[in-house]
Amino acid sequence: MATPGPPLWLLAELTYRCPLHCVFCFNPVDFAKQEDELSTDDWFRVLRQGRELGAVQCGLSGGEPLVRDDLELIVAEAHRLGYYTNLLTSGVGLTEDRAEALKAAGLDHVQLSFQDSTKEMNDFLSHTKTFALKSRVAGMIKSQGWPMVMNVVIHRLNIDHIDRIIAMAEEMGAEYLELANTQYYSWAFLNRDLLLPTHEQLRHAEEVTDAWRAKLGDKMRIFFVAPDYHEGKPKRCVNGWGSMFLTVAPDGTALPCHTAKMLPGLSFPSVKEHSLREIWFESEGFNRYRGTGWMKEPCVSCDQREVDLGGCRCQAYLLAQDPAAADPVCVKSPHHALVVEAVERAGTLAKKPVTEHPLVFRDPANSRRLSV
Amino acid sequence: MSDLTLESQPRVGPGFRLQWEPVQDCHVLLYPEGMVKLNGSAGEIMKRCDGERTVAAIVDDLEKAFSAQGLEPDVLAFVEMAAKQRWLAWD
Repeated sequence: MATPGPPLWLLAELTYRCPLHCVFCFNPVDFAKQEDELSTDDWFRVLRQGRELGAVQCGLSGGEPLVRDDLELIVAEAHRLGYYTNLLTSGVGLTEDRAEALKAAGLDHVQLSFQDSTKEMNDFLSHTKTFALKSRVAGMIKSQGWPMVMNVVIHRLNIDHIDRIIAMAEEMGAEYLELANTQYYSWAFLNRDLLLPTHEQLRHAEEVTDAWRAKLGDKMRIFFVAPDYHEGKPKRCVNGWGSMFLTVAPDGTALPCHTAKMLPGLSFPSVKEHSLREIWFESEGFNRYRGTGWMKEPCVSCDQREVDLGGCRCQAYLLAQDPAAADPVCVKSPHHALVVEAVERAGTLAKKPVTEHPLVFRDPANSRRLSV
Repeated sequence: MSDLTLESQPRVGPGFRLQWEPVQDCHVLLYPEGMVKLNGSAGEIMKRCDGERTVAAIVDDLEKAFSAQGLEPDVLAFVEMAAKQRWLAWD
């Protein structure tokens, strides 16, 4: 196998603590059992080693990264080292003072998400509390001169409001809007039956989005991240396992993608014990699913294998109980029927009241209950 | 932003960051969640776009640095293209 290129993206998951309880969160279901967090100095070392390897983008994420009171120090060090610094936040906890301090520290970009529960989404859609909070935060982002990038996770409970969502993004002066269809791992997987949209909903949402694109032109760029369950085509997991992305979890575990820790039979190294160089080039965790050498049928003889690299390993494990199987969203996967059934079930359930299958909120009590 | 002239003073656009990357062996332009690798001549032009120097001065400087002549049309074409991508801006 050719020597992999540098990890261009370093995603620092600073904490799993979060004031929100999103039903589609991609943090591990057992996050409450993982309370350890790297120290400020640990993060400085990780950032330095990442730059030495050639990482240029640094994502600061969580949980809610604003709950770390050393966030400004970490941003300043990342900036000093030459990273383009991206803060991925819900905006909860951002004040004028902190926005100013983060700007002074050299923060390049804030991605503001609209997320959370149906309650918050209802608030948001009805212009009440959340809208007020997000507007205030959007104002702070603008006044600090950051590009205004908004992200909304899309699912069955909000997809029909997409027109309102885009209208609000425009009202808040967003330059980029990412409409990200939910990816079904972790908490979103637990809630999949309630979150998967129907084919009709998706088609409608795409039409509405196209109409807005035509209307807004260059003023606001809208990205519609397509849901792989409905397309029959797997996507490259993190643009190729171990090819670009290096995630460091709050406790220092280094991962090829932020959900990879769920995969059985594979251990991932800690930045407390190994350098990023050893981790990236030498660890079994990063080498196992690199390239195409690990593939079996139908991937190994497929003419798309270099294009999609077999899709997502976590999805293969979650749906086919085999991390080396073809991603079941692929029409060629022997497990594809499971995906088709899930979408069909969503269509049936969409007609029933939500109360029959309660949503599981991402909170410490549920986390502990589900991870015994 | 006014039309591009030889008197325009281009600078790297807001939200973008230009730097030399030893690992990539080229200048790169960083922006939210992305990176553009610049070829040699694009890097040489961009790194001179400091918001102070005029396009005319940049052309002059490049012609001296590379003992070349007649670079003006290429520099103008590049700056025009870069502005469309929001890599460069001027008043």
